[in-house]
Amino acid sequence: MSAPSFEKPATAAAPVLEVEDLRVDLRTPRGTAHVVNGLSYTVGPGETVAVVGESGSGKSVSVLALLGLLPARTATVTGRALLQGEDLLTMAPERLRQVRGPGAGMVFQDPMTSLNPVLTVGRQLTEGLRAHGPVSKAAARARAVELLGEVGLPDPGRAVGRYPHELSGGMRQRVVIAMALANSPALLIADEATTALDVTVQAQILDLVERLQSEHGTGVIWITHDLGVVAGIADRVLVMYGGRCVEDGTVDDVLERPVHPYTRGLLGALPDLAADPDEDLATIAGTPPAPTDLPAGCVFWPRCPVRGDARCETEQPPLAVVGRGGAGLPHRAATWCAEREAS
Amino acid sequence: MSVLVFSLIHLVRGDPIRLALGTRFSQETYDALRERSGLDLPLVQQYFTWAGRALTGDLGVSFRSGDTVTSLIGERLPATLTLALAALVVALVIALPLGMLSALHPRSLIDRVATVVSQFGISVPDFWLSIMLILVFAGLLGWLPSGGYVPLTEDPLGWLQRLVLPAVATGVVSGSVITRFVRSSMLEALGQDHVRTAQAKGVPTRQVLTWHVLRNALLPLVTVTGVQLAYLLSGVVVVEIVFSWPGLGQLAYQAVRDRDFPVLQGAVLLFALVFLVINLLVDLLYSRIDPRIARR
Ligand SMILES: Nc1ncnc2c1ncn2[C@@H]1O[C@H](COP(=O)(O)OP(=O)(O)OP(=O)(O)O)[C@@H](O)[C@H]1O
Ligand code: SF4
Ligand SMILES: [Mg+2]
Repeated sequence: MSAPSFEKPATAAAPVLEVEDLRVDLRTPRGTAHVVNGLSYTVGPGETVAVVGESGSGKSVSVLALLGLLPARTATVTGRALLQGEDLLTMAPERLRQVRGPGAGMVFQDPMTSLNPVLTVGRQLTEGLRAHGPVSKAAARARAVELLGEVGLPDPGRAVGRYPHELSGGMRQRVVIAMALANSPALLIADEATTALDVTVQAQILDLVERLQSEHGTGVIWITHDLGVVAGIADRVLVMYGGRCVEDGTVDDVLERPVHPYTRGLLGALPDLAADPDEDLATIAGTPPAPTDLPAGCVFWPRCPVRGDARCETEQPPLAVVGRGGAGLPHRAATWCAEREAS
Repeated sequence: MSVLVFSLIHLVRGDPIRLALGTRFSQETYDALRERSGLDLPLVQQYFTWAGRALTGDLGVSFRSGDTVTSLIGERLPATLTLALAALVVALVIALPLGMLSALHPRSLIDRVATVVSQFGISVPDFWLSIMLILVFAGLLGWLPSGGYVPLTEDPLGWLQRLVLPAVATGVVSGSVITRFVRSSMLEALGQDHVRTAQAKGVPTRQVLTWHVLRNALLPLVTVTGVQLAYLLSGVVVVEIVFSWPGLGQLAYQAVRDRDFPVLQGAVLLFALVFLVINLLVDLLYSRIDPRIARR
């Protein structure tokens, strides 16, 4: 398992992505949904930030918002999101188009619906390559075959001519990954990218991403439910709940010395990480709050077993430093009742 | 189906021979004609005789003019096909831009206007629209002739002038239906996940719209256009009569009036055939544009 690496001082170099106070409101028939509520984090070059949290905590929406991929008619996005210094949220449409792909590549959560059913896999890959500079058809096709080989698709030469419905779920997933990697992005956003894959293919993909990171200094946001993957690839972990970051820090801090009652709950069924690294997140009693109807005070209080402070139900706890990880990175948690273990 | 065509027509009351001969005729002439046209035989036998000949392309002889039905239909078919295709062009020229604009700007002014216009277009009867068009463009404004037909080869401009009004009268209803359809299938295509994938790759908007939205919206559209073409063909009957357009519809109408069974049977059979051919074409086209069907 990767310890916070000293040879990779991630945050020392200028960050690839700096998100500041990101907020997303979505208009729904049941009122305004406050899906992301003041999210701030950075991703350094070559760094991998894992984002974990229950279903509905706003993980997908928060990354879709970065690339302006939420329905414009219903979504209101505020805050700042600097990709290599440029704010994605205020960018001119044409500049944003240029950035999508080479600036930030995205692997979507659902491989079954993320591909166009009437275009061949090759066409969908080359399209992304040719959208960013003059590439001949033949060269783009050759690159497409190469990419499909890299993501472990058997017989890539034949696969380029196939339609999505002719491929299995795992194969489509790899095509979607290949599309995100096509332009060697500075930032890779992977939303449940390896969920549909078996363990060997998953390992192959993780290796590929690691190679991309060391070759291009790609920063990675990896959304997953799989703690084994988190432990395996992440440098830092960000725990989301109710559209907020409730805890973040190095992978060791968060997985081994969780502070927030929510994180502890998630890891609860997992007494020994090393013993069973493929375990998914634990389930916690109760259901997450509806984003249309967030509780006042701490977002977690209706389900929190601790609730050890008078302010829990009335005042929102700030994300405060609770310790320092091995590389000197802060370990932060948003709760009134942090058990501050010496670390 | 041919059984249906045949029996429906024979349900019509009125003795065709009497009608054909007029008021003064001898019993011998009547019997002779009846025997020659086979109307004295039992119905079932009449049917098989007719169907057998129809298969070889022989649809019998008109009671009224004595011409073969095949030649009568052959004369009229091009005019009807021209009108139906022109109406389809009118329909698509209305529907595609209007439907697409509405889908791209839902609830905008253009969307609202398109909704009202297409609602009107769907509900207006085609004979009423035909008459209004004649009153306005032929009568009031005098821009176009009120009806008639000249062959394209003789007078291209005159042909076009006479085609415009009937084509519009026939095409407006289908155009309205297709507009609604383009709008909804575009909206559906726009909301699909893979459109977002395309955007995330940095594909230019225009390309996203054509290859990812329109290309997928086209699939249901092909079916609906086929249905509408069939509908147009039935719509031409009324419009042909109003505009004295010498097509199959008019032929069928005259045949009904004259109890000219062979002609009527032939015309109806041909309409049915055309429906089948359209359906076949739609299926073929569909399998060409949807790979999920083509490879099955
Ligand atoms: N387009 C939308 N319109 C309205 N609400 C939405 C929309 N997309 C997502 N939501 C809501 O936003 C909340 C967060 O959704 P999101 O997809 O980000 O969750 P997630 O953390 O990615 O969950 P999962 O682990 O299931 O992928 C959910 O309550 C969801 O219902
Ligand atoms: S602030 Fe209170 S309710 Fe919220 S997580 Fe901490 S202890 Fe629980
Ligand atoms: Mg998600």
